[in-house]
Amino acid sequence: MSAHAMKMLNTLLLALVAAFSATALADEEQIKLKEGAGRETVMANCVMCHSIDYIPMNSPFMKKADWQATIDKMVKVMGAPISQDDIPVILDYLTKYYGVE
Amino acid sequence: MLNRRTFLKGVVGGFAVTGPGLLVPRSLRAGELPIGATEGAVLAALSGKKPLIKRTYRPPNFETPVRAFSDVITPNDQFFVRWHLANIPQVVAETWRLKVGGDSVEHPFELNLDQLKRSFEPVELFAVCQCAGNRRGFSDPHVPGIQWRAGAMGNARWKGARLKDVLARAGLKADALEIVFDGADYGAIDKTPDFIKSLPLWKALDENTLVAYEMNGEALPHWNGFPVRLVVPGWEGTYWMKQLISISAMPKPEKGFWMSTAYRIPKGKFPLIDRFLSQEGEANTPITEILVNSLMTNVEEGQHLRAGKPTTIEGLAWDGGYGIRTVEVSVDGGRAWQEAQLEKDYGRFSFRAWRHTLTPHQGGKYVLMTKATNRQGSTQPYEFIFNPAGYRNNVVQRITVEVA
Repeated sequence: MSAHAMKMLNTLLLALVAAFSATALADEEQIKLKEGAGRETVMANCVMCHSIDYIPMNSPFMKKADWQATIDKMVKVMGAPISQDDIPVILDYLTKYYGVE
Repeated sequence: MLNRRTFLKGVVGGFAVTGPGLLVPRSLRAGELPIGATEGAVLAALSGKKPLIKRTYRPPNFETPVRAFSDVITPNDQFFVRWHLANIPQVVAETWRLKVGGDSVEHPFELNLDQLKRSFEPVELFAVCQCAGNRRGFSDPHVPGIQWRAGAMGNARWKGARLKDVLARAGLKADALEIVFDGADYGAIDKTPDFIKSLPLWKALDENTLVAYEMNGEALPHWNGFPVRLVVPGWEGTYWMKQLISISAMPKPEKGFWMSTAYRIPKGKFPLIDRFLSQEGEANTPITEILVNSLMTNVEEGQHLRAGKPTTIEGLAWDGGYGIRTVEVSVDGGRAWQEAQLEKDYGRFSFRAWRHTLTPHQGGKYVLMTKATNRQGSTQPYEFIFNPAGYRNNVVQRITVEVA
């Protein structure tokens, strides 16, 4: 059993319900990223681990290289299962709509 | 450029009326958040909390509004919320257990909440919990991360058992190097590094380091780590493990991401006093103690004050556990300083409230600044010591008010 699975199991033993409040989730869904090519790919990959307010909060001061470093961190450090095909789509979207030259 | 003569012309009754503040270094200007962070920062209430400044919903990161700091004790329902991982279980007191073990203990054991409260002498102390990234949003240039203003901190009266007493019951072996802590939270996916932190043995054995089960006379709020969190007075909040479920004494340095990569600062740039030797690297070193800092709590940028009318500036000062010696206030952009009156002392790890009354006689812009000095002689810088994660921002605050 992985450490993660073990912790989930332990958590079930010591907790009644998982997690964040329903209110917070409802509020989270009101956040809308800017329309544009790649938006759906960003949504499909990023929201599995965190709310998307992380993106506009960190804007608009990151250059393409900074967004690349962020995506790399998410994949290599945080273990985000983002496909190689999706990475350039996400990078272009974030740079165009939430980045600076 | 404003010359000295023009500048001094505005000095009336000890107060200078400054122009556009050109004599003040650029970094001293009131920093501003990235536009996206300002637009996204709505007031929102987590369950059991008053509305706080929402930075992110999931994991939840919520900031205390500055007006809540009018009280030297931060109310539980306004205490800031900071989490790294999205799964935060609703821990039930009756089934919660704390595991105490690791390779460097003789007798590992488990505790329930009643046992923690009854088996060890309870200790109470006031201490500031401050996120290492507090004020990150003011970094110039901006750096990625939670874009906090000044409210990722709070001061509370904590009650709990001494960590050293808990460890003594397990019996530390001679090779114990670090004490490692884990909370009940975990990431949304398997591969995300679990949030695990460690302390050097000497800090873990400090008599002020607590395994805390009360905050301001009540159980801890869920969002602040119910039922038990670590309290590490004088050190940044990253070590104050919430929803504590395990304590392990280890003979080797903890190598996880949250120790080896996160919460580190470039070596040699900061006046670091508390050393965490087993975690020091070639280029960087873990954040340890809180730097001396201060905050004005009852004035806002652009606020209007009446000429000829006494106005009392109120605020807080704090540091990494030496205690505050003086707080000085300037109304002329940092040229002349006057000592503020310190209020009641709640101990060397607590916020120290202060106040200073001024009467501006002439209309114009006044640049208010505040600067704390601790009992060790450390004070606040005028320039931010830039570092890639925007940690440890204790730059002298600067607020421009209009007098008419």
